[in-house]
Amino acid sequence: MKFLKFLLVGIFFGIVLVKSEAVSWYRIFEMFKFQSFHMYGIIGSAVGLGVLFIWIFKKFKVKNIEGSQITLAAKEKSFTRYILGGTIFGLGWALAGACPGPMYILLGTGAYSIIIVIAFAILGTFVYGLLRDKLPH
Amino acid sequence: MDIILQPWPWYVSGPLIAIIMATLVFFGKTFGMSSNLRTLCSIGGAGKYANFFRFDWKAQKWNLTVVLGAILGGFIAVQFLSNGSAIALSPETISDLNAYGFQNVGEALLPAEIYNWDAVLSLKGMSLLAIAGFLVGFGTRYAGGCTSGHAITGLSNLQLPSLIAVVGFFIGGLIMTHLIFPILF
Repeated sequence: MKFLKFLLVGIFFGIVLVKSEAVSWYRIFEMFKFQSFHMYGIIGSAVGLGVLFIWIFKKFKVKNIEGSQITLAAKEKSFTRYILGGTIFGLGWALAGACPGPMYILLGTGAYSIIIVIAFAILGTFVYGLLRDKLPH
Repeated sequence: MDIILQPWPWYVSGPLIAIIMATLVFFGKTFGMSSNLRTLCSIGGAGKYANFFRFDWKAQKWNLTVVLGAILGGFIAVQFLSNGSAIALSPETISDLNAYGFQNVGEALLPAEIYNWDAVLSLKGMSLLAIAGFLVGFGTRYAGGCTSGHAITGLSNLQLPSLIAVVGFFIGGLIMTHLIFPILF
C-alpha cells in the first residue's frame, strides 16, 4: 500500500506526458527550433504554478504526509557543473528527443527501441560516477 | 470523453505536471526522474567501482515505483486514451524535417527514421541512439538533475543552480538542433 500512491503518481505522469506530446521527439525538435509555443507553454505553466505551490508550502508551513514540515534541499552552489553538465545533457536531449522521464514512458507506449537510449543513459551515469572526482564541479 | 482522447493543450498539461511535482513533495519526496539511472547502476553492482554508487538504493524504491507507473501510464495513454490523431506540429517544423528526408512527420510520437528497428540496427542509427543516451545519462548526473529535477522542481523552488542548468540544457539542445543536425541528416 505504501507504494501504491507512487505507482498512481507515475501512471498519471505517464498519461500526462503522452497526452501533452512532451514525449515526442518532434515536439523537442520544434521547441529547439522555436517554431511553436507548445513546449514553452507546458514548461512555463508548470513552473509558474510550481512556484505558487512551493511558496504556499513554505508560507503556510504545510506538513507532508510524514508529518514533517516541507523543505526542499537547496542545490549546491556552483556554476561549472551546471553549465557543463547541462550542455552535455541538452545535446543528448535534442538528439534522443527524450529526457529521462519520457524514456521510461516511451517504453510503455510500445516504442521498444528506446531501450537502447535507456541502456546507454545508464552507462553514461555509470561513467560519470567513475570520473566524478576528476571532473571540474 | 472526446476531449480526453484528443491531445491535451499546454495549459492543461503544464499545470498537471506542477500538481505531480507538488504531490511528490507533499508525499515527502521530490520529482527527479534521472536519479533512477543512478539507482539502477547501484542495483547492478556499480558500487564496486565507484563511491558515488555506494548508497542505500532501497530508499529509492519509491522512485522506481514512479518509473514503473510511468511505463504503465504510457501504455494506458496510447491504448485507451488516444484517438491516433497526428501531432499538430508547426508547418515550418514539418517542412524542415521533410527537407532532411523525414516522412510522415508527426504521425507517431517518434520518427521512424531514427527509432524504427531498421534504422536502429544500422551503424549510424545505433550510434546516434547510443551517443544520445550516453550524453543524457552523463550530463544529467554531472548537472545534478534533468528536466524534472532542475527545470520543473528547481525553478519552482527559485534555485539559481537550476536556472544555470536549464540554460545549459538549451545551449546543448540548440547546438545539436541547429549545428549538428544539418550534418547528421
